Amino acid sequence: MPSFVIQEKCDGCKGGDKTACMYICPNDLMILDPVAMKAYNQEPDQCWECFSCVKICPTQAVEVRGYSDFVPLGSSIVPMRGSEDIMWTCKFRNGMIKRFKFPIRTTAEGAANAYADLKGKDLDSGLLSTEEAAGTTLPMPQTV
Amino acid sequence: MAIPSKPTGELLAVRDPEVEEREVDLLIIGGGMAACGAAFEAKKWSGDLKILLVDKAAMERSGAVAQGLSAINTYIGKNPIEDYVRMVRNDLMGITRDDLVYDVGRHVDDSVHLFEEWGLPCWKLSPEGKNIDGAKGLELGLLKDGAAPVRTGKWQIMINGESYKCIVAEAAKKALGEENILERVYLTKLLLDANKENTVAGACGFSVRENKVFIIKAKSTLVACGGAVNIYMPRSQGEGKGRAWFPVWNSGSGYTLCMEAGAEMTMMENRFTPTRFKDGYGPVGAWFLLFKAKVQNGMGENYLTSDFTKGELERYAPYGLAAVTPTCLRNHVMLAEMKEGRGPVFLDTPTALATIAEKLDKKELKHLESEAWEDFLDMTCGQANLWCAKNVEPEKTMSEIMPTEPYLLGSHSGCCGVWCGGPMEDWNHDSYKTGYNRMTTVNGLFIAGDVVGASGHKFSSGSHAEGRIAIKAMCKYVGDNADYAPASKESAQEIVDYLWQPVRLFLDNYEYTTATDINPNYIKPSGFSMRLMKATNEYGAGWATYYQTNGTNLKILMDMFKDMHEDSFKLGAGDLHELLRAHEMRHRLWTVELHNRHMLFREESRYPGFYYRADFPNTDDANWFCYGNSKYDPASKEWTMIKKEYIKIVPD
Repeated sequence: MPSFVIQEKCDGCKGGDKTACMYICPNDLMILDPVAMKAYNQEPDQCWECFSCVKICPTQAVEVRGYSDFVPLGSSIVPMRGSEDIMWTCKFRNGMIKRFKFPIRTTAEGAANAYADLKGKDLDSGLLSTEEAAGTTLPMPQTV
Repeated sequence: MAIPSKPTGELLAVRDPEVEEREVDLLIIGGGMAACGAAFEAKKWSGDLKILLVDKAAMERSGAVAQGLSAINTYIGKNPIEDYVRMVRNDLMGITRDDLVYDVGRHVDDSVHLFEEWGLPCWKLSPEGKNIDGAKGLELGLLKDGAAPVRTGKWQIMINGESYKCIVAEAAKKALGEENILERVYLTKLLLDANKENTVAGACGFSVRENKVFIIKAKSTLVACGGAVNIYMPRSQGEGKGRAWFPVWNSGSGYTLCMEAGAEMTMMENRFTPTRFKDGYGPVGAWFLLFKAKVQNGMGENYLTSDFTKGELERYAPYGLAAVTPTCLRNHVMLAEMKEGRGPVFLDTPTALATIAEKLDKKELKHLESEAWEDFLDMTCGQANLWCAKNVEPEKTMSEIMPTEPYLLGSHSGCCGVWCGGPMEDWNHDSYKTGYNRMTTVNGLFIAGDVVGASGHKFSSGSHAEGRIAIKAMCKYVGDNADYAPASKESAQEIVDYLWQPVRLFLDNYEYTTATDINPNYIKPSGFSMRLMKATNEYGAGWATYYQTNGTNLKILMDMFKDMHEDSFKLGAGDLHELLRAHEMRHRLWTVELHNRHMLFREESRYPGFYYRADFPNTDDANWFCYGNSKYDPASKEWTMIKKEYIKIVPD
């Protein structure tokens, strides 16, 4: 299901410090045409339909259309990703619409504790840093 | 105007790239779960050591978890770790590394507890037996403090995992520091040391954003890349070529990097050919385990209980008679049904949902429907769209399931990869030690995640834990070898000439024809890809032959690979994206050749349902209950195949 860019909506992220879809695509597919200042999918048959570009686009200019190999036309699934949840609008070929909302995160973006001040003590033990700090005893297997 | 012909693409490649040389102590190659684990753990142990992580994509959405996941497949909880080892061993037909698996098992929960603390919503089971998800799940406490997860099967827990990778990458980047991370740089080759034998001295590669080669010297290198996809012809070959079950950007780089450096490989004959929803490749795990859906054949029968199926499982005793049928044998009985003409195979979603719905009120029923869709929308969005496009409502219509094309990986229900040492502890056997935990047979070269061989079923969480294990051992290695100054055997000029060869070939020749894609002097990566996948599909046990092959077919394929290796130096690249693809193709070729070399070596059918040696159709424990290892000598370019003794650590 390759991603496509709606010409009218894409502004090439001209106000941002990077082209969002190009920054995020895990397979290096989304690319900016610097003259037109619009992005496009440069290799649609290598698209994994991961929706990373769709979710990150600040102007909702990126959508996906089902792989021509096996997907009938006429449906769409469109996400709106917020800071706590994601809302999906799923439109069936026959016109039926289902909406789903799923939680995505229980903390604020940027709040993950990296334990920056934690320093491990015993480099020779099998314990990881947070295990060592918690006073964990390293389990040993029951052996043959 | 198409003529005169000119390179296409936005980031055109120039003949002579800039060269940037760096020197660090610890180099992490990859940005997925294992690399994020290493990044989180590194500075806790590294002191003043200099660290660099290099990802070919953007960590926020790179690796196999990029799209999200609806479950964490490995969480030990209250289970004995030994039971986890037994499950992995049984599922992978007996031959796995107990020491590596146990080691993942004893650390994996710590990583899961961090994920939850960082903000990953983990479902909880309420005292009334209800599933509570999202932030509400937190009201029932943390997993770390003993709150009950929602289990699907014995080892898996349910999550709201759309942002799983974003959360894990955030912690990794904060811990390591943005200044120690290079994104959009593809490292394609390890550097061997000029002075110290069998020692890795770093890696080289290039940016896919600017014409620049990176030569990075390092005292120790962690290879934490993903598995291999698009090495066999996918079932969809047009736009759908990218719709692989495993991420299509996994190009076998981890295997090739280590193999070319001379690291011993193990169980590269193993592969994973998962059964998934047909075409969309959506996950079936929740349908089987959470919703308890049953299969049925084209005749409307649940074939799993038939005498025919029982007979097929008895053929592969004792594995086929185990309490839990190994994944490959579950495929085998499905394929047997299809070959008998009783396909297609359906998953009976309506009956499953109706059975659960009997016990639910209206609001709970709505939530159940939502859970079913979330399973797709969290991790295989396209499958949800396929249902929408075909007007499939799972409570009304059954869906077909079938095995995909083969993939190579070491983290899921597969175990091909690189041989490495396990824990340096008294209980571990000497033949499982290389001096440092997760160090390969090459000094200073460590591995984690998909590339670690003979130890599957670590999944996302176990890969993260394994990255943490490996980086700690690397810190020790570097401390023990403080005097070591890495020096590359190859000069900067030789490295650039190798990396930029596809660009220069293209620039030298593209003006000869009127269309840049068709030229007698080079081929484009996309064409090479189809040639490779056609060959492996037809001769190397792809779906074209119901995953069957034999020695004659495999030898033909080995001959075809010789031509392909020569022609891999006829790959032409006009822009940086194509240069990325050209080098990925070289890696895919090496990886799938390794796989075939190992299938040729192992004269039995160890994984029926994943592939069959039709000339040796049964498992042969008397001769083949051992690791199949191989070693490529980078100096002589010769191969050695090794039967390595299997040692059991954890009792049955």
